Amino acid sequence: MYPLLNPLPLPRAFRAALVAFAVVWGEAHAQLSIEITGGGANQIPIVIVPFAGEAALQPNLSDVVEADLARSGLFRTLYAGPQSPPVNEATKVDLATWRARTADALVVGGVYPAQGGRYEVRFRLYDVPKQVSLGGVAYTITPAQARATAHRIADFVYEKLTGDRGVFSTRIAYVVKAGPRYQLQIADADGANPQVAITSNESIISPTWSPDGTRLAYVSFEAKKPVVYVHSLATGQRRAVASFRGSNSAPAWSPDGNRLAVALSREGGTQLFLLNADGTGLRRLSSSPSIDTEPQFSPDGKWIYFTSDRGGSPQIYRVSTEGGAVERVTFAGDYNVTPRLSPDGQSLVFVTRSSGRFQVASMDLATRQTQVLTDGARDESPSFAPNGKMILYASDAGGRGVLAATSSDGRVKQRLSVPAADVREPAWGPFPPN
Amino acid sequence: MRKILLVATMSAVLAGCQATPEAEKPAGVEDRRPGAVTTPTTPSTSPGTQPVRPSTMSGNPLKDPSSVLSKRSIYFDFDRDDIKPEFVPLVEAHGKYLRENRGAKMLIQGNADERGSREYNLGLGQRRSDAIKKRLMLLGATEVQIESVSLGEEKPMCADHNEDCWYKNRRGDMLYGGEY
Repeated sequence: MYPLLNPLPLPRAFRAALVAFAVVWGEAHAQLSIEITGGGANQIPIVIVPFAGEAALQPNLSDVVEADLARSGLFRTLYAGPQSPPVNEATKVDLATWRARTADALVVGGVYPAQGGRYEVRFRLYDVPKQVSLGGVAYTITPAQARATAHRIADFVYEKLTGDRGVFSTRIAYVVKAGPRYQLQIADADGANPQVAITSNESIISPTWSPDGTRLAYVSFEAKKPVVYVHSLATGQRRAVASFRGSNSAPAWSPDGNRLAVALSREGGTQLFLLNADGTGLRRLSSSPSIDTEPQFSPDGKWIYFTSDRGGSPQIYRVSTEGGAVERVTFAGDYNVTPRLSPDGQSLVFVTRSSGRFQVASMDLATRQTQVLTDGARDESPSFAPNGKMILYASDAGGRGVLAATSSDGRVKQRLSVPAADVREPAWGPFPPN
Repeated sequence: MRKILLVATMSAVLAGCQATPEAEKPAGVEDRRPGAVTTPTTPSTSPGTQPVRPSTMSGNPLKDPSSVLSKRSIYFDFDRDDIKPEFVPLVEAHGKYLRENRGAKMLIQGNADERGSREYNLGLGQRRSDAIKKRLMLLGATEVQIESVSLGEEKPMCADHNEDCWYKNRRGDMLYGGEY
C-alpha cells in the first residue's frame, strides 16, 4: 500500500535508552527555553503540513519538526494550517499550488493506530520546485516516543535538504546552579525532557560525553577538592576514575572511548596524564613547570590539544598522544584557552580574550585564519555539535549564566536559558546509535 | 562571618614577626610585572609584638581568636602565586605549628577569581596552594601533613564582578582536619 515506505521500528538501543532514563532519573523542574537571535543567509522556505491524525500523540509531530528546523536557522517555516480534506503521505499533493505559496520543500504525513497500543508514523518530503518526492520513512512507535520520532523526521529533512546530518535527535549536558545546589542535567538538543543526572551541594564542571553517548565524565568538588568521575547514564552508577592526591580535572575522552586525558596535580603543578576509562594505567603526558590543562584529543586520536602558560600567557599547544615535541597553535593575543576540535578535525574553536572580553573564536587549522564567533563578554566552554555545524557555549545575560549556540560561521545565534537559575558548562552529546 | 573575623583579627599581632602586619584590604591595582607587589594604602593599626600562645580558655591555639593561628586565608595578586609580605607571618606561624604537631594534617585550597576558563583557573588556584605548601615545608612541615588542591573559581567568597571582590577570591585557605 505504501511501496516507498518501509516500516522501520526505532532501534532497540534507542528504545532501551528512553526506558532507562525514565526509570533512573528524576525529572528536572525547569526546562531550557530557546531564543533564536540570528538567521542563515539563505533560508529554505518549507511547509510542514499538520500530520493527519497527529492529535493521537503528544506533542504534535508537525510542531516539533517545524520548531527543530526553524531553530537551526537554515529554514523559514511557512504556515500551512489545517487541510481539508486532510493531507497525508499517500495524498497526491498538488505541488504547483505549494509552489505558488513560495515553498521550496513540503512535508506531509500521518499517524495511524497499530497493534498493542502502538502507532505507525509515516511521512514524505517533497522538493516543490522540482516536483519530486525526496523519500519518506515509517516508524512503529509507542506514544512515549512521539517527540523522539519527530526529531528523527526533522533529521531526515535536514539531511536531505542541506547535505549535513541533523542533530535534532542528540542530547546536551549542562550544569544548573540554583542557590547553593548544583545539578548536572541532560536534555534533548531542543532543551525538552530535562533529566537530572546528579545533584550536589558543591560545584560540578567540565562534563564531557563518551563517544558512544553512554557515559559522562565530569569533575565534582563534593570531596572538597576536584575529582574526576565517569557516570553511566543507563544505570546512574558512577566511579571516581581520577581521585589522586591533589587536584583532578579536565577529563577528555579518546575517540575510541577507552582512555581519558586529564589534568592532575599529584606530582606538583597541573600536568597532563592519560589513563584508561576505568581509572587504571596512569601515564604522565606532559612535563613542564607550567600549567598544562584542558586536554582534547583530535578526532583521529593522534594529537592532544591543550592549554599551557609555558610561554608566559595561556595559549593552545598540541602534542602527539605518544609524547614528543610540543607545538604552539595560537599566537595572537595573550589569553587563548579551552581548545575544542571540530568533528572533521579541520578547525579549532577556543576562548580568546581581547579588551577584557572573553569570546569564542574559530581557527582553520590549515590556513590558521581566525574568526571571532561570539559577541559576549564572558563566553566560555565551547562544545561542537556532532555535525560540526553549531557550537554550544556558556554565556552571561544580565549577570546570570545562560547557554548560547552559534553556527560555525557565526551567522545563526541561539540563547538557551532556565528561569531563575545559572546554566553553565554545556557539552553537546554524540549522534544517537542508528 | 569568616570575612568579618579576618578583618577583625588581621591587625592583631604575630609571634616572631619581622614584617609589620598590614590591615587587610583589597588590592587596588592589578600588576603583572614580575616582582610587583600591591601597595597597601591603609596603615597598620597595631605593631607586631604580641606572642602566639595557647589560649588558656580553649587550650587550642588554632581556635583562639587572639592567636594568628586562628586565621586561615591569604590573598594573592592577579595572576600571581607569590606570598605577599603581609601574609608571611601567618604562613610562618602555621609552618611552625605543623612542625611542632606532627599529627596535624592540613588541606590547602587554592582559589582564583572568576575571569576566564574554569579549568585554567583551577590551575592558577593549584599554583597558589602549591606555593603555600612549599613555604610550609621549608618551615619544617612534612609532605604527608599537607595536601594542596584547587577550587579554581568555584568557591568565591564574594560574588560581585569587580576588583575588590576578585581580590577576596584569589585566596588560599589553610584548613586543618575537621575544618572542611
